[in-house]
Amino acid sequence: MGYKTMERSIMPLTQQDFASDQMVKWCPGCGDHAILNAVAKVFPEIGYKKENYCIVSGIGCSSRFPYYVNTYGFHSIHGRANAVATGVSIANKKLSVWVATGDGDSLAIGGNHFIHVIRRNLDINIMLFNNKIYGLTKGQYSPTSDLGAVTKTSPYGTIEQPFQVGELVIGAQGTFFARAIDTNPKFITEVMLEAAKHDGTSVVELLQNCVIFNDGTHQLLTNKETKDEYQLILRHGEKMIFGKNKDKGIRMRRNGLEVVKIGPNGEGMEKVLIHDMYNPNPGVHLMLAKMSPPYFPIALGVIRSADFPTYNQLLQAQIDESKMKSKIRCVDDVLNSGDTWEIE
Amino acid sequence: MSKQVLEKESVVVKFVGDSGDGMQLTGTLFSDTAALAGNDIATFPDYPAEIRAPHNTIAGVSGFQVHIGKETRIIGDKCDVLVAMNPASLKANLKWVDKGATIITDCDAYDEKALEKAGYPSNPLTDGSLSSYRVISPNITTLAKEIAIANGLDPKSAERTKNMFCLGMVYYVFNFDLNTPYKLVDKRFEGKVKIAEANKKVLQAGYNFAETMEEFASTFQISNVKLEKGKYRNITGNEATAWGLLAASEKSGRDLFLGSYPITPATEILIELAKHKSLGAQVFQAEDEIAGICSAIGASFAGAMACTTTSGPGLSLKTEAIGLAVMTELPLVIVDVQRAGPSTGMPTKSEQSDLNIALFGRNGEAPCIIMAAASPSDCFYKAYYAAKLAMENMTPVIFLSDGNTGQGSELFRIPKMEDLPPINPPYAKKNDPEFKPYRRDPETLVRQWAIPGTDGLRHRIGGLEKTDIDGLVSTDPNNHAKMVEFRREKVIRLAKRLPKQNVYGNVNADTLVVSWGGTKGAVYTACKEVNASGKSVAHAHFSQIMPLPENTGKIFAKYKKILVCELNSGQFANYLRMSYPEFKYEQYNKVQGLPFTVQELVGAINNVINNKK
Repeated sequence: MGYKTMERSIMPLTQQDFASDQMVKWCPGCGDHAILNAVAKVFPEIGYKKENYCIVSGIGCSSRFPYYVNTYGFHSIHGRANAVATGVSIANKKLSVWVATGDGDSLAIGGNHFIHVIRRNLDINIMLFNNKIYGLTKGQYSPTSDLGAVTKTSPYGTIEQPFQVGELVIGAQGTFFARAIDTNPKFITEVMLEAAKHDGTSVVELLQNCVIFNDGTHQLLTNKETKDEYQLILRHGEKMIFGKNKDKGIRMRRNGLEVVKIGPNGEGMEKVLIHDMYNPNPGVHLMLAKMSPPYFPIALGVIRSADFPTYNQLLQAQIDESKMKSKIRCVDDVLNSGDTWEIE
Repeated sequence: MSKQVLEKESVVVKFVGDSGDGMQLTGTLFSDTAALAGNDIATFPDYPAEIRAPHNTIAGVSGFQVHIGKETRIIGDKCDVLVAMNPASLKANLKWVDKGATIITDCDAYDEKALEKAGYPSNPLTDGSLSSYRVISPNITTLAKEIAIANGLDPKSAERTKNMFCLGMVYYVFNFDLNTPYKLVDKRFEGKVKIAEANKKVLQAGYNFAETMEEFASTFQISNVKLEKGKYRNITGNEATAWGLLAASEKSGRDLFLGSYPITPATEILIELAKHKSLGAQVFQAEDEIAGICSAIGASFAGAMACTTTSGPGLSLKTEAIGLAVMTELPLVIVDVQRAGPSTGMPTKSEQSDLNIALFGRNGEAPCIIMAAASPSDCFYKAYYAAKLAMENMTPVIFLSDGNTGQGSELFRIPKMEDLPPINPPYAKKNDPEFKPYRRDPETLVRQWAIPGTDGLRHRIGGLEKTDIDGLVSTDPNNHAKMVEFRREKVIRLAKRLPKQNVYGNVNADTLVVSWGGTKGAVYTACKEVNASGKSVAHAHFSQIMPLPENTGKIFAKYKKILVCELNSGQFANYLRMSYPEFKYEQYNKVQGLPFTVQELVGAINNVINNKK
């Protein structure tokens, strides 16, 4: 099933239809609250029947997510959310499958499942909460912690290069990648809706602040003084412009992107790139996903949404074709196939 | 010249050669011919882990053993005819040949280099060291090549037909006519008429050659066994497992989902199920063992009849996820085709050494149902029951097969689907206001299966401990104790609803021989021989391991001595000591990656019977 063919709710749904009776046990001020709120808003907006949503998670703070939304939910084991979701998605065509996972769950212990689910273009939506730290185990560095980050297990600073989620997704043949930040729930809802519309694996990197163990890790994007200078909000078909005064743009130069100053009368504007999120070629998408301060802003929004066949569609096509062509129609046929003989 | 025909109840033929010599094919053609002629058969492939190990070396020897005739419950201790394609394969297999038996070998293969690689200081064909065997060693390569070239093959392909020449000779030895073999060759080389014709010509040449030879003054006639009336086929254990799972899927009406990663000697189940898309089988080759089982758990939650297949190293990797299936009380079949361990061990050799990990290999207290297959065809029924028990009891079931059982074959009386028992999973009903994730049937303690997408049953489960009935996350001490007990008791109570344990042989003997899993044929035959020799022994073969059959203790109480025979260092014996500590258990164990021989078991049983202590 894809976005267009999923069964819709007859009655319009509201956030209340997905409210759980469970106490939300995240720390006060945690970015997860805003994300939860955004998801509760987006499910009614997507409009599927409420019994057709299924949330699967692994282990970590973010992986408590299924308990806080009233859908079918599966809180699995560490690193395996994407593997469990694979089975859910293949086995039940009615479901819209959402994975709640974190930078530890999907990029460290579950890294293998993460890249392979993307490579297969399985029809699931991955919400990857990236706070660049291990929160639930109380403050060890993660695969996305910045080089040199001082944490409980890196008292002298990390000596590991961090993963950039978008780069990994696109490197694994990802067809959809978007990024949003916990301080802008409205924007999260917008991006999630796009993720839902995309058939295939969608990965939404949610930049999320861990108030206890890594407070301010995304501060360039959240501080009033810096946020406009370091946020590039991407929208399909629009020029890539940012800055408080909308006076900066992204253009292509030689082998890469560069920031260009736009004059008061629009000088330089003609060279500023127009975002094409549907481009099947991942070249520019990869460059956008990799942009980082201090020389570049961070791209937010849907960076890539390319249309490729999903695993689910290809599997169904094979099953349908076999059912049509094969002489084997039931297990009695299997048992009696090949060489058999009667003994009187 | 009139030739003598010797009637034999059963014979064992072994085909051995380099791993590229086509021994598996040769053996399969022979066993299929024998089966089509109405004989009971058992086969046992014996091959190295390397695909093409160095030419002419002992490391590269590949073999295929066929047991034809009466009581082929076992693959046969020693062979009546050994076909050895080169010196290395002769050397590696001579210990399995009885004095006086026939050895067919290719004297073209005995050049200096090959003898040296095999470690023969002199040529065994000429130095008299094989004088106690009937050795037939024509220039097989030369003869086969000549005929194949004359029939249009290039020299390289022509050389490959030497196995057909040998096979032709063996068909002669056992008085088979060549009509069936011709059909099998045609089928094997379907679409390659030239190759098929050349192979048939070489096959016939081997047959004719044997007919003219003085050495074959006598040939064998295998006496036909009286098999139960019905329709038969040959089947390997792994095929039977795959089909048993398909049967359970059809019977239960739930699509089959297999999440699996290739591993010797379990891969054939994955390969077989991947063929059956027309039955709706969703076969997912995962990126690793963990994804294999986790995808299956996800599929089970989503409403599929879910399974995963593996061997020892893979079972180790899956243990955490099995705990998740225990905790979430979801149906799941875990097939472990055991091989010699620990670690990578001996991938192509069989053992029963994964019983401990199946019983105890999980964190926390995480009981599951465990059952074991007794023979290749039994895999069909055991796989079916494993799936039935998993779905009806909402619990993972570990189904233990082993390399010999999985890759060996035997005759299979084809069942009808309508004769298999029904499968009735405990579904939660749409919009049931009473539904709670951990509400249990008071009798069986089984919870309900609420399939996502169903109206009015939205719920959350997971690896965290949950409250009784409501299924909310909980660290309440008393609740945890209660849930641990429920999970255990659910499995234990199942014993009441399972078939009782049988005892064969002389039920009133003093000594009881106990076995489990894939050793049934060997132990059964050994007990029979002991009883035929005038001594007295009873035999209990276990297929239901956890929970043990309800009458197990009652049976054990009847005997003065209990001998537990298994292909490990005593894992089942220790499990019995733990479960029924009031009895004394003696052990006979073998951990060589080889099956039991009947002879050694007879010796071990007699030792226990004769011991007056």
